[in-house]
Amino acid sequence: MSRQASRGTESKKMSSELFTLTYGALVTQLCKDYENDDDVNKQLDKMGYNIGVRLIEDFLARSNVGRCHDFRETADVIAKVAFKMYLGITPSITNWSPAGDEFSLILENNPLVDFVELPDNHSTLIYSNLLCGVLRGALEMVQMAVDVKFLQDTLKGDGVTEIRMKFIRRIEDNLPAGEE
Amino acid sequence: MDARFTRGKSAILERSLTRPKTEVSLGAFTLLFSEIVQYCQNRVYSVSELQSKLSELGQQVGARILDVLVMREKNGKRETKVINVLLFIKVTVWKSLFGKEADKLEQANDDDKTYYIIEKEPLINTYISVPKENSTLNCASFTAGIVEAILTYSGFPAKVTAHWHKGTTLMIKFDEAVIARDKALDGR
Repeated sequence: MSRQASRGTESKKMSSELFTLTYGALVTQLCKDYENDDDVNKQLDKMGYNIGVRLIEDFLARSNVGRCHDFRETADVIAKVAFKMYLGITPSITNWSPAGDEFSLILENNPLVDFVELPDNHSTLIYSNLLCGVLRGALEMVQMAVDVKFLQDTLKGDGVTEIRMKFIRRIEDNLPAGEE
Repeated sequence: MDARFTRGKSAILERSLTRPKTEVSLGAFTLLFSEIVQYCQNRVYSVSELQSKLSELGQQVGARILDVLVMREKNGKRETKVINVLLFIKVTVWKSLFGKEADKLEQANDDDKTYYIIEKEPLINTYISVPKENSTLNCASFTAGIVEAILTYSGFPAKVTAHWHKGTTLMIKFDEAVIARDKALDGR
């Protein structure tokens, strides 16, 4: 794996427009390929999950972030390090549940939705649902089962875009020997 | 009037077209692109089908970026000459999408309809290793689609395909009519 050896901690940047438009082309294609929005949402989540599973390795290799001790720390790392690194934005963290097992990410400038407008016949499409899959997949790889979903979306006329994250449980099985 | 212009659900028409300041990581893009390639691969039977699928997706991108770039970089003026539209792609389009100019733009020696854009290390292919059994596959078909849409929507209908040659070469074949028109313009 010579590519990995040459990989620095700094990640290369690129134009967000190509990224945004490419994502838009994907969503458009899925809307053509599937009959209803629910199936598109599922497919986006699945693709996001696949990305998350791979992205976490890249993230851990670049960021020097150690194991998070609680969900609050996880929230901080996601919002301040991971989102910043990959999408160039820093969502704010709000609405903690009293038990500390649920919080919301408020996205100000979601790069996925630049210049995007949802047509009326796709009112149940969760345009950026890929992100939920990414978060779920990445956290699963660090032994955390979480539930991720959009509560609000500016594309649907809400004031802000809000992703709700709920901690379900620690995944204890299959820990490789010698971990922890 | 169309409801979406009156409802005010999105301020999209009011948005500024200036270059966005946000950047995303190349990793985010390549992971997304890899998922797209895999998704397309699951729905086709051959390499050429896969390439045309990727090209279709690229065309969506090209169709959308064209107007933005013409407004932003060209003061709203479209190109009318073949050589100028090709330079627009080599310089302006490439810079805004890939952060640099394309390596080379060449015309075929034996054919006035054919041009090549040559890229040693195309961004699209950065982390893609092509399996041996599909060695003709070139994911830069996606970029070929972008170029094809930009040409077609600028009034220069063309076919653009990606090939492994001196790195990756996008072969642009213009319609006869485009070249004939260009020559007529020259003669004036």
